[in-house]
Amino acid sequence: MRKIVIELSSVGKKFIMGFTGLFLCLFLVVHLGGNFLLLRHDNGAAFNAYSHFMETSWIIRIIEFVLLGVFVIHIVMAFILAKENRSARPIPYAVNKASENSSWFSRYMEITGGIIFIFLCVHLYNFLISQRFFHDYPSMYAAVKTIFHNPWYCAFYVICLVWVGLHLIHGFQSSFQSFGFRHPVFFPWIQRAGLLFVILIFSGFIFIPIYLYFAKSSTAVETSYFGQVSRIRDSHLKMVHKNVKIFSGSKGKS
Amino acid sequence: MKFSLKIWRQKNAQDKGSFVNYEVFGISEEMSFLEMLDVLNEDLTLKGEDPVAFAHDCREGICGTCGLFINGRAHGPLRETTTCQLFMRHFKDGEALTIEPWRAKAFPVIKDLVVDRSAFDRILQAGGFVSVNVGSAPEANSILIPKKDADHAFDAATCIGCGACVATCKNASAVLFVSAKVSHLALMPQGKPERQVRVLNMVKAMDNEGFGNCTNTGACEIECPKGITLASIARLRREYCKAKLKP
Repeated sequence: MRKIVIELSSVGKKFIMGFTGLFLCLFLVVHLGGNFLLLRHDNGAAFNAYSHFMETSWIIRIIEFVLLGVFVIHIVMAFILAKENRSARPIPYAVNKASENSSWFSRYMEITGGIIFIFLCVHLYNFLISQRFFHDYPSMYAAVKTIFHNPWYCAFYVICLVWVGLHLIHGFQSSFQSFGFRHPVFFPWIQRAGLLFVILIFSGFIFIPIYLYFAKSSTAVETSYFGQVSRIRDSHLKMVHKNVKIFSGSKGKS
Repeated sequence: MKFSLKIWRQKNAQDKGSFVNYEVFGISEEMSFLEMLDVLNEDLTLKGEDPVAFAHDCREGICGTCGLFINGRAHGPLRETTTCQLFMRHFKDGEALTIEPWRAKAFPVIKDLVVDRSAFDRILQAGGFVSVNVGSAPEANSILIPKKDADHAFDAATCIGCGACVATCKNASAVLFVSAKVSHLALMPQGKPERQVRVLNMVKAMDNEGFGNCTNTGACEIECPKGITLASIARLRREYCKAKLKP
């Protein structure tokens, strides 16, 4: 293993970074697809069925190990590259106006990546480890509901996703450059597609916790969603409830 | 015009080096950056001090010898300009200028602002050449080259090997330089026989010199005085993959 890494050229290492990075982008899409099941008004039935499938299916188990491998390769390679890059300039410049020739998120990929790594650890501990190995919550849906009930965790989640987004804005298009795919006509479209991808992924991921946070009961969910109409219906429902109570009360009395 | 300069002074490769402040007066707007340093050096010589060492040769932007990190930018603030073609009219009168040598492990400082760029020579020796038959010169127009290929090859060939890409890269990566050399020769029919070996050997030589890896920040293409672009780096990667995959 050590020998392979040493024998890899700078071009090869970047190719691996790009390939694993794009694979992780694909993972984000699948992850987000699963998360969207949280939005169904079935008290988590679909989401629990989905997480049960993820926990029991052997195909998913294999994919999980592949995913773990890809994560490890991406992170280890990032460490190797960062170390080599640091040592390539032992004496820094006294004045360096790097912002005039490159974007800051392209220069601090290891920082944004490091923040994502911390987030990944917290996130895995909260959901995967606590649920699969310790069974801290009755269901995955309950776990999500409880954890995102905490506004601080919601804020932490959203802030971390900002860093995921910044990492991806550079990473997505950079991976294509690392593969040598750069065409005067198509490359600007890859950059645009990358930006769109980041916006969609980011807004998709942050929408769910924000939605869950503000939607503590199913009627409140409808209120936030359908606005006034459901508010009117809400008060109507309350009246119905009152009437039922009165009705049942009077029934009990008689 | 007058300028207050903060220049990196270092006696030799072993010396630790430090910044020294100087004031220069009577600089004309028409002077190039190097001529401004000439004025300073004349002053220093008259005072009996050691003049500031800086590399220069053609002073018309085509040799790639000069190269200074001026106020945080390789070759100064202008685009597609070498230090010798940077004129003092682009600076404000009385401006403070910080002048540093290229900073990279592969470019050790020899003296003051002069760095040893022989790492580039060794990369070129590894593959930046074509083999030709000896004897009488061949007919120049017998090999047809598509206009597009010729143009791209020429764009790459304009690289003067100044090292601004290494100097400005946050990782001190030399990949823009290597990609220019690889692109230049890979696109030409004359470069075809060594095409695969060239890219593999040059990348290997580059990695051995202790340059960093490319992060695709794009700083090099902004600072390159000859406008070599990232498209050239992408071509290097394609060439590399093709060469690696070739049985």
